[in-house]
Amino acid sequence: MPTIFGIPPQALFGQLLLGLINGSFYALLSLGLAVIFGMLNVINFAHGALYMLGAFFAWLLMTQVGIGYWWALLLAPLAVGAVGVLLEKSLLSRLYKLDHLYGLLLTFGIALMIEGLFRHLYGVSGQPYPIPRELTGGQNLGFMFLPNYRGWVVAASLVVCLATWYAIERTQLGAYLRAATENPVLVQAFGINVPRMVTLTYGFGVALAGLAGVLAAPIYQVSPLMGSNLIIVVFAVVVIGGMGSILGAVLTGYGLGLLEGLTKVFYPEASNIVVFVIMAVVLMIKPAGLFGRER
Amino acid sequence: MPDASHSRTAMLEVDDLHAFYGESHVLHGVSLEVRQGEVVTLLGRNGAGKTTTMRSIMGIVGKRTGSIKFQGQPLIGMAPHKIPRLGIGYVPEERGIFASLSVDENLTLPPVVKEGGMTVPQIYELFPNLQGRGSTQGTRLSGGEQQMLAIARILRTGANLILLDEPTEGLAPVIIEQIGVAVRKLKQRGFTILLVEQNFRFAATIADRHYVMEEGQVVDMIPNDQLAQNMEKLHEYLGV
Repeated sequence: MPTIFGIPPQALFGQLLLGLINGSFYALLSLGLAVIFGMLNVINFAHGALYMLGAFFAWLLMTQVGIGYWWALLLAPLAVGAVGVLLEKSLLSRLYKLDHLYGLLLTFGIALMIEGLFRHLYGVSGQPYPIPRELTGGQNLGFMFLPNYRGWVVAASLVVCLATWYAIERTQLGAYLRAATENPVLVQAFGINVPRMVTLTYGFGVALAGLAGVLAAPIYQVSPLMGSNLIIVVFAVVVIGGMGSILGAVLTGYGLGLLEGLTKVFYPEASNIVVFVIMAVVLMIKPAGLFGRER
Repeated sequence: MPDASHSRTAMLEVDDLHAFYGESHVLHGVSLEVRQGEVVTLLGRNGAGKTTTMRSIMGIVGKRTGSIKFQGQPLIGMAPHKIPRLGIGYVPEERGIFASLSVDENLTLPPVVKEGGMTVPQIYELFPNLQGRGSTQGTRLSGGEQQMLAIARILRTGANLILLDEPTEGLAPVIIEQIGVAVRKLKQRGFTILLVEQNFRFAATIADRHYVMEEGQVVDMIPNDQLAQNMEKLHEYLGV
């Protein structure tokens, strides 16, 4: 049987696929964080909890209301976005004049409260969420077996990331967003309602987290702690990519997912820390991150 | 007919305007008016409150009291993003060209607020230097070109009152000349302009009237045709 560097190809590609799946979630989550940080200057620690909330909304829609995956894919992110809009309007918007640390502490507190609530209501064990009927089964690619649902997650995440990048870098709305990131006062003096834009940006950023949650539900199960397990790695991804850089967040997300997969093949003991080692090295060489600009 | 301009109605009326940055009281009762079609300058030393007066009109100062009216409509208490929508365009002192936007994106950033704004070809005719630079990063332009871009992007919006804060600051004489030509053309097109200037030689070539500011107040008003008689007084005000 042929091997690659002494590793059977099935094992190698299997781990790379797992890495790509993880990378898809890293990319979606760090993209939301980057959009929020760019516009609000807030490090959104509630991001993991809102990702979990997206998964729970999907699960509740299915178990309580009988609404399936495809509608949940639309409704759960909308609901998470609405929660975000409420949070921004009622709490976060009061903190913009203070140091970043206050926003960080507030969102950290919100994360603890949301996670605590769901632990209280549903316990820590995961709730199963079935793969939608249309996406069960898989494809035999010759060198590996690709489950349809996993292929779908990678494709969906790529499309959403690309669409977001396009909207921000290539449209008029994106130009408002980039300009307001640089100089919100002047953009306001041109007649644009910047506070509303900030609210909607936060809503959009956390809706991305909610979407990631729905996509994750059939893969990782739905549990109150699913967000806090993931979010630490995602923060490392954002730091490596460069705070606030859209492209950096996306590319670093996929790249590190793949790298994690490779580490699992060649040196499994290091797979849990490889992201953090890279973060340390990047911070030493490029403190603003791979794609970040020094401010 | 020296009184022809005086019979025109005031487009912008500022009365007893006080403005504050946090604890510090910056404007102490500024009063002035700008009539339709006029070019009016604010002269004064650094820190006299010229820029703060501009920012107060745009609603981007911490706190302000008194009265500012644009075409009869009070601006104090209005949400800041609604003020430009009445037809007021702002060209800030620091020019405010966005580094993350291309020249084209900078040019089309301010939303159109009224009909009758200039078209992009008309803008290129006024500022030929900007033509063909569309995809350049905004802040890669020279200082003079950035100033032209900062003015140009307001002309698209249909704003009929333009607040122009020190358009000649730090620019070479040949560029100042070009900007002067452009401002005169704008006046011919019927734009009303409130201009902050340190360079009163430049101001004298384009303005109808000059307000002199000192320590957060308007202390004098000199019509441009009486500038020669008032030169000595003006030198004293400006400390040149």
